[in-house]
Amino acid sequence: MNTLLQRVYFGLVGLFLALPIIVVAGVSVNAKQDLAFPPKGFSLGWYGEIFANPEWRNALFASITLAALSAALALLIALPLAWFLWRRHAPWANVFQLLGIAPFTLPPVITALGLLTFWATTGFYGQPATAVISHAIFFVTLPLVTLSLGFSSIDRSLVEAAATMGADDRTVFRTVVLPLILPYLISGYAFAFVLSLNEYIVAYMTIGFTMETLPIKIFNALRYGYTPTMASVTILFVAIAAAIFGLVARFGDLPKLLGAMSSRD
Amino acid sequence: MRREAPQKLTDYAPLAFPAGMLIVFFVVPFATMIAVSFFRRDPAGFYSPDFVFDNYARFLSLFFGKVLGFSLFLAVAVAICCVVIALPFTYLLSRTKRRTQVLWLVALLSVLSLSEVIIGFAWSTLFSRTAGITNLLVMLGIMSEPVALNPSFGAVLTAMVYQALPYAVLVLYPALVRLDPTLTEAARTLGASPLKAFFTVVVPALRNTIVATLIMVFIFALGSYLLPQILGRPQHWTLSVLITDQAIYQSNMPFAAAMAVFLVLVTLGLVALTVYAGRKGEAA
Amino acid sequence: MSGLTLQNVTKQFGTFTAVRNVALTVPHGTFVCLLGPSGCGKTTLMRMVAGLDLPTEGEIRLDGKDITNVPTHKRDLGMVFQSLALFPHLTVGENIAYSLRIRGAGKDEQKKRVDELLSMIHLSGYADRPVAKLSGGQRQRVAIARALAISPKLFLLDEPLSALDAKLREAMQVELRQLQQRLGITTIVVTHDQREAMTMADTVVVMNGGEIRQAAPPVDIYRRPADTFVADFIGMTNLLDCKADGAGATVLGASIPGLVVPNGLASGIVSVRPEDVHLTAPGNAPITGTVIFIRDLGGTIETFVEAAGKQIVAVSVPNARPDVAVGQSVGIALDPADCVVLKS
Repeated sequence: MNTLLQRVYFGLVGLFLALPIIVVAGVSVNAKQDLAFPPKGFSLGWYGEIFANPEWRNALFASITLAALSAALALLIALPLAWFLWRRHAPWANVFQLLGIAPFTLPPVITALGLLTFWATTGFYGQPATAVISHAIFFVTLPLVTLSLGFSSIDRSLVEAAATMGADDRTVFRTVVLPLILPYLISGYAFAFVLSLNEYIVAYMTIGFTMETLPIKIFNALRYGYTPTMASVTILFVAIAAAIFGLVARFGDLPKLLGAMSSRD
Repeated sequence: MRREAPQKLTDYAPLAFPAGMLIVFFVVPFATMIAVSFFRRDPAGFYSPDFVFDNYARFLSLFFGKVLGFSLFLAVAVAICCVVIALPFTYLLSRTKRRTQVLWLVALLSVLSLSEVIIGFAWSTLFSRTAGITNLLVMLGIMSEPVALNPSFGAVLTAMVYQALPYAVLVLYPALVRLDPTLTEAARTLGASPLKAFFTVVVPALRNTIVATLIMVFIFALGSYLLPQILGRPQHWTLSVLITDQAIYQSNMPFAAAMAVFLVLVTLGLVALTVYAGRKGEAA
Repeated sequence: MSGLTLQNVTKQFGTFTAVRNVALTVPHGTFVCLLGPSGCGKTTLMRMVAGLDLPTEGEIRLDGKDITNVPTHKRDLGMVFQSLALFPHLTVGENIAYSLRIRGAGKDEQKKRVDELLSMIHLSGYADRPVAKLSGGQRQRVAIARALAISPKLFLLDEPLSALDAKLREAMQVELRQLQQRLGITTIVVTHDQREAMTMADTVVVMNGGEIRQAAPPVDIYRRPADTFVADFIGMTNLLDCKADGAGATVLGASIPGLVVPNGLASGIVSVRPEDVHLTAPGNAPITGTVIFIRDLGGTIETFVEAAGKQIVAVSVPNARPDVAVGQSVGIALDPADCVVLKS
C-alpha cells in the first residue's frame, strides 16, 4: 500500500477523531464562564471546579460509583454464563447469551424505556440501586463478549492436561482457567466502566429525577447553564479512559484482547 | 475436559444467577413494555391496564410514517458512511506495526468515552458560524465568508458517523487482523495492484463481518437520541426522540411503548431480511 | 502388579465407530506403541485410557481395579499431549510442580522434586524460566518431566515427538526408551511413525479402522506380519499373489516348493521383504524378470524388477550390489523360510 497515501488517510481519520476533543479542550480553558471557541483567555480553573463545586463533585462521585458497581455486577452476571457455555454442551443455554447481547444491541431508548416501565410498575422507581441494576443489564454484553473471546482462546488440551495431573473441575478453574481469563475479565470491566461513566439515557430514565450523574449534569448544563466545567469534565474523562486502556495495553496484550490471535512480534 | 451435557442438578448452578438476573431485569421489563403498549392512556397522566390497539393505530399516520422513514434512512446513511471509512482504516491498521496498532486502539477506546452530549456540543461548535470549521477555511482563504453548517442533515450525519466510528473499527478489527496476509500477497503475485487486491480479495473474504458491522451501526444509529436534537431541525428528529418525548414530557407511556415495540420489530425485521438475503446470495 | 487391561472396548461417535471391540493387555513396566495411520482410532483409544473420553462399551482395568468410569483426575497417570499443553501462565518449575501443588505438597517438597526432575531431563537451573522462552526440544522435555512428577502408574504420550525436527526426533526416541527402562514405568505411546514404534516399544500394536490388526514385539511384527495391512504398513514389502500347488505355491508364474499356504486355502498373498529377494543370473532361479529401475541411495541399493506383469523390489547393501543394468534379464530366488503367506 502506498505509504504516503496511507499516511494521509490515517492523518485525515486522526484529525476527524481529534477535532471534537480539540474543541472541548479549548472550551475548557476559557478564562471566564463562557463557552467560546477559540477560547477567550486561559484558565485551568475549570478543572478545579469539578472538585470544588459541590454539584459537579456529587455528580462525579455518583457517576464513578455507578460505573464501578454496575460494571462489577455486569461481570458477575457474565462470568458464570460465559463459563457455563464454554464448559457444558447445552445448546438451549445459548438463549441466555442472546439475552445477554440483546440489551446493548437494541436501541438504548428501548432498553431504557423497558426498565423505566418496570421500575415504575414495581414501585422502585427513582432509587439509586435501580440505576446500578439497569446499567449492569445494559452493559452485560461487554464482559460477555470479551469473556466469550477469552474462553474460546483457551487451549482445551491445557484443561485436559490439568485433569490428567489430578485437578478436579474447581481446581482447574482456579489454577488454569481463571489466570488465563483474567485479562479478559479486566478488559470487560474496563469497557463497561468507561461506557457507564458516559451513559446518558438509561441513567436519565431510571434516576434522572432524583440524582444527577455527570452525563445528565452535562446535558442540563448545555440546556440551562453554560459552564466550561462540562468541557473540563469531559477532558478529564477522556484522560481517565486513555489512562485505563493505556494500563491495560501496557500490562496486557491489547490487540489479543480485542480479538487478534497471539502476537508474533 | 470433555464438553458434555450437564449431568447433575448442581451442574446447572452457575447458570442460576445470570439467568435469573437477565430474566427478571430484561425479559420482564421488556414484556412489561409490550404489555403497557396495549394499555389505555389516562389523560391525567398515567395509564390503566387494558388491551387496546389505540396506541398502535395512532402512529400508523402519515406523520409518524415520515418520521420512521427518516429514521431508517438516516440509520442506513450512517451505517454506510461509517463502514466505508472504517473498513480501509481498520485494514491498514491491522497491517501496521504492533506499537502503532496499540496506540491507535487506545486512542479509539478513549474516544468511546465521549458522551453523546459532548459529541453533539463539540460538533455544533465546529459547524457554527462564529467558531467553527468555516472560520478556519475563511482564514486559509478557501472560503469568502463563514457559514453555519448546522442545524442540518449533514451535521447530524457527521456527528453520528463520528460516534459510531470507534465501534465499527473495534468490530472489524478481529476479523481483519486474523485475515491471512498471504491471501493479498498471492493476489499481488497474480498481477493485482494493492487496491485491486483489497477489493477483490479482502472485501469478499470478509463479507459476513462487513454485513454484521453494517447491521450493528444501523441499529446503533437507529437508537440515537441526542444528536438529532442538538444538530438537527425537527424534521431531522428520529423515532427515538419521539419515543422519549412521549414517555417523559407528554407522559404518554402506552404510546411511547407502542412506538418502541414497533421500532424493535422493524429493526429485527430488517436484520432478518438482510441475513436472509445474504444467505440466499451465498447459495446462489 | 498386573498392568493395564482393555476388554471389548468400543467407542462410537454417533454413527461412526472409532474403536471397535478392542482387547489389549499391557503388562506392568512394559513399553507399548499404538501404531497406525491417521483415523485408525489410536488416539481415541488412548483418550479412553486417560478418561478424557468414555467408552461406549467395554471395560478398562488397571492393576485389577475397574477404572472405566473413574474421572480423569482420579486416575493415577501422567500424560504428554501432542501440543504439549504447557501452561503459558506458569514458569518451567511451576509447570512441573503443578500436580504436587494441587495435591497439597509443601514448597520445599515441590522444589526438591522439581530440581530432581530438571536434572533428569538435563535442564537444571531452568526452574524460573517462562515456558515461552524454550526451544521445541526443551518444551518437550518439560512436558515429560511434568507428567512424571508424581511417579504415576501409567505414562501416556500422544504423538509426543511429531513437532520436532527429524534429527531431534531420532535422539528423543532413544532418550524416551532409556528413560522408561530406567524408571520401569508402564508406558503407552501413540504414533504414526513406524520407525519410532520399532525403536521404542516392547510391543507394537498396529491398528487400522478402529481395530487391532496385530500386537507383537517389533521383530515379530516385521518378520511375521498378521495380515497384508500390517505387512505393508511396516517397512517395505513385496505383496504377491500365490496359488497353492502340489509342491508348494506358485508365485509370479513359477512354483516355489516348500511355500505353504496356511489353513488349507487355495490361494493367498505372499509377503517377502526386499532384503530377502535374491537376484541371480536368469535361469538360476524359478522366476525370471527384467530390471526396470535401479535406485542407488548410497547406503542401500534398490533394484526394481518386472516379472509376470508385476513389480518386485530387491534391496541390497553396497558390497553385495547385484551386477545388473536396466533392461537386463535377471533371476529371482525366494527362500520359503523368508516368505509369509497371508490371507487375501
